[in-house]
Amino acid sequence: MTDKEFNIDTVEQASTTPDTDLPWAELGLKSDEYDRIVEILGRRPTAAELAMYSVMWSEHCSYKSSKVHLRQFGEKVTEEMKKDLMVGIGENAGVTNLGDGWAVTFKIESHNHPSYVEPYQGAATGVGGIVRDIISMGARPVAVMDPLRFGAIDHPDTLRVLPGVVSGIGGYGNSLGLPNIGGEVVFDSVYQDNPLVNALAVGVMRHEDIRLANASGVGNKVVLFGARTGGDGIGGASVLASESFDDSKPSKRPAVQVGDPFAEKVLIECCLELFHAELVEGIQDLGAAGISCATSELASNGEGGMHVELQNVLLRDPTLTPGEILMSESQERMMAVVTPENAAEFERVMAKWEVEYSWLGEVTDTGRLIIEWDGETIVDVDPRTVAHDGPVYERPYHRPAGQDALQADTFRFSEAGKDLPQTGQELGGALVELMTSPNMADVSWITDQFDRFVGGNTALSQPDDSGVIRVDEETGLGVALATDANARYAYLDPYTGAQLALAESYRNVATTGAIPMAVSDCLNFGSPEDPEVMWQFAEAVRGLADGCQQLGIPVTGGNVSLYNQTAGRAIHPTPVVGVLGKFDDVGRRTPSGYERWADGQAIYLLGVTADELDGSEFARGRGHLGGMPPAVDLEAEKKLGEILINASRDGMIDAAHDLSEGGLAAGLAEMSLRFGVGARVAVDGLCERDRVDPFTALFSESQARALVALPRSEELRFTDMTTARGFAALRIGIVDATSGDLEVAGPFDGGSFTIGIDELREAWSAVIPSRFASLSEATEAVRQEK
Amino acid sequence: MSTETPLIGNFHAAPATTPLGGARIGVVTFPGTLDDRDAARAIRLGGGTAVPLWHGDESLQGVDAVVLPGGFSYGDYLRAGAIARFAPLMSRIIDAATASSGTRLPVLGICNGFQMLTESHLLPGSMVKNEHLKFLCKDQVLQVENTSTAWTSQFTPDELIAIPLKNQDGQYLADANTLEALEAEGRVVFRYVGENPNGSRNGIAGISNETGNVVGLMPHPEHAVEAGYGPDDATGMRNGTDGLTIFTSVIASLAGSAQ
Repeated sequence: MTDKEFNIDTVEQASTTPDTDLPWAELGLKSDEYDRIVEILGRRPTAAELAMYSVMWSEHCSYKSSKVHLRQFGEKVTEEMKKDLMVGIGENAGVTNLGDGWAVTFKIESHNHPSYVEPYQGAATGVGGIVRDIISMGARPVAVMDPLRFGAIDHPDTLRVLPGVVSGIGGYGNSLGLPNIGGEVVFDSVYQDNPLVNALAVGVMRHEDIRLANASGVGNKVVLFGARTGGDGIGGASVLASESFDDSKPSKRPAVQVGDPFAEKVLIECCLELFHAELVEGIQDLGAAGISCATSELASNGEGGMHVELQNVLLRDPTLTPGEILMSESQERMMAVVTPENAAEFERVMAKWEVEYSWLGEVTDTGRLIIEWDGETIVDVDPRTVAHDGPVYERPYHRPAGQDALQADTFRFSEAGKDLPQTGQELGGALVELMTSPNMADVSWITDQFDRFVGGNTALSQPDDSGVIRVDEETGLGVALATDANARYAYLDPYTGAQLALAESYRNVATTGAIPMAVSDCLNFGSPEDPEVMWQFAEAVRGLADGCQQLGIPVTGGNVSLYNQTAGRAIHPTPVVGVLGKFDDVGRRTPSGYERWADGQAIYLLGVTADELDGSEFARGRGHLGGMPPAVDLEAEKKLGEILINASRDGMIDAAHDLSEGGLAAGLAEMSLRFGVGARVAVDGLCERDRVDPFTALFSESQARALVALPRSEELRFTDMTTARGFAALRIGIVDATSGDLEVAGPFDGGSFTIGIDELREAWSAVIPSRFASLSEATEAVRQEK
Repeated sequence: MSTETPLIGNFHAAPATTPLGGARIGVVTFPGTLDDRDAARAIRLGGGTAVPLWHGDESLQGVDAVVLPGGFSYGDYLRAGAIARFAPLMSRIIDAATASSGTRLPVLGICNGFQMLTESHLLPGSMVKNEHLKFLCKDQVLQVENTSTAWTSQFTPDELIAIPLKNQDGQYLADANTLEALEAEGRVVFRYVGENPNGSRNGIAGISNETGNVVGLMPHPEHAVEAGYGPDDATGMRNGTDGLTIFTSVIASLAGSAQ
């Protein structure tokens, strides 16, 4: 189809040529979906309308498979949970009240498929997209985080994907002036050919600055500003995000967007100036589905109508057809609604920041979104049918056939569970082996490529339990953020697995001393058309919604990424859960390790240890995945959280670290590695109290546990608090800043084992660079050459 | 709004007065500048008054000194600092920093600001991509080798300081003659201690011009001015404030020259 033919596919023509064939299947629509469009319009769609519906009704934009389940996040929210919620699910990002007139907005999104196709640009534009969501709420973005999942560390394709993703996140995020304050790095062969690149952004604003995506005020002008519209990312939303990779289809490489972080940085400052001067009535970022999404959402959330002159769009590529312009996912663009009186002032701000803009049309109350091209109407639709009335599927789902057998295959009774370490020497060796496995290794080779200082408000970042950002310089008011998911747990039991992700994220936030307030999730799953995958999804959402209700913190927004599978093999269900917490004063945040001056402080283990090795990192090390994940006890998590928050607020503790993957062994090692300060620990009391053997004491992944270090002078006050709350607390050792060793004693042969912290650090920090350092340099060199 | 360096809107809109803030130090914002707020905060904590300056303006607003902060001006496109160097305000800064009569304007270039100073030939040499080709963010120990510049007078000679390093194009290059002259004239102001983090020649982290009023360095002193938000130091996590001395130095030297 040539440009000209495309251009003249007007509404008038569509009415008179009902039998024209349109490429709806190529655009990802199913035949019943196409029939529905014809029914809505009462005629065949024009090519431009078809483009709009196809992208907006894609899985990525319409949530058609997930919607019926996601409703629980709203249904299971109580009035009490909503008390600090200023903007809920449905807007670009939820907004939570921080107090003192401040509000915070945060959200996680996925950019999985693009990051597999083109790691650098995929990851870069993932950061860009989530940051624009935050800006469009009226907030200043203040930090980003990146939960990342790659294939096996020694798989050749991981060598291509990881360095590209890391430099893409750094290349884009560093240029925006946003500190990268944490995230996750997981290696697992289930992510081979399907890495998960999730991005979280957080922003803050004054209450009065909250902006919503609606086109209100008849006669107000609609303006598109930022980067010009080009041919990148066309069809990205419908094609890339909604279909799995399959060798039989042509390459989709050109569908990945290309990012320009400089344009985005200018856009941030320019938007904030617009907000400050109160020059925009409504604003919407252009992400997936580009202008189709922005016009239909703005119109349907406002007065209901909009008139757009599409030929006014500034183009990077003049050959683009109207349909392509509507679908283009060119980055760094925003659409705003401006009153005619403010237009001149708006133009002044654009000129100051040298941002290009074009006036596209105006808000109407006709209930129709009319898009014209050179005076001919090419789109005439009810915008709600595009933005909100997409198909909703009740996908069939059932418990996977092999789930019972999987859950029956416990680690203890498996081949892998034989010959467990028993002696001091074996236990010590197992600890070193655990800490030098890819998933427990030092990730600073990755995080050192991200700026954690910019802004001057970063109070904690990787490797501490959560990232902490100061919001108000005078009072120290601030926020903590953590993201977590354990896909192995979720694979064994998606309901519990989602709650465990929530519990860990909640615990991480509380461990640093912040009060958990809100949740954002990024639900990464396989194909919803597979009933077994759909069961995983349904179970995970139900678990997460129930868990949030029990913890009393609402889901404020998030993202669903489906079709994460290649050649019919789905990833493990990976519900990434981000929890946001609040500090009255970030100055009292608790770091995750003992500092040198803490010599002689007491180390306490909080919580109870049971025999829970299924799905553990230790089991992973032996190639085993089966059984049931650790039991979740959200009441215990709440109590533990209260203890950690109170202890931080009252200045009782100087270090705290949650226990999760790798259990007590990993927790002790990480606390010592944080500042290179050793400890002397004995697990005899723990083994006796919880009736577990030393191996279980060290490697079990029982939940609702944390380690804390506190001065002797605070011990009584602290244990009084844990006793009063009926929460198990056991003194298991002391900080030893002189020896440089982690010494662990217990009821095992040899009596104790000792690990030199410096030697452990050397091995622990060499794992990732030894695999990626030289290669990424070569890759980067080639990229720069180009 | 209670925060002193406003996060919301534009910090240029903030009142530019600080009690007792005798020295007025300009902070220039270019498109893509990132650390302007941080530099303004450092000046304030150092006891001065930060005056926001816009790259496109023609006037220095009578400031006593100027900081060119870090970031990615113009996205580092073409070459880091290469486009920013042609901003109208840069011409004013170059004139004031090299004035043949009167006091020469003290100018500090941090990271991208340092790159602008070499691009505009206020300082010799140039910056290329780090030897290891990656962006690197870390706490970096430096030795202060020249304490006679406008920006380093309050350090003790050969003092070791820790401030954050974070850049992509931080490898300092100059020809042999230039390096020899810099060394001979004591114009290497800061040198990396320990492993060279980016392949800079002679481990150079920062240099000055002949008259000591213009100093550029790659690491970020403005990120080491407030306990709790800087690099780790012996007293605890993120407690390092060694960078503050750069700002107190210039404020003290301005007070001295005003007498």
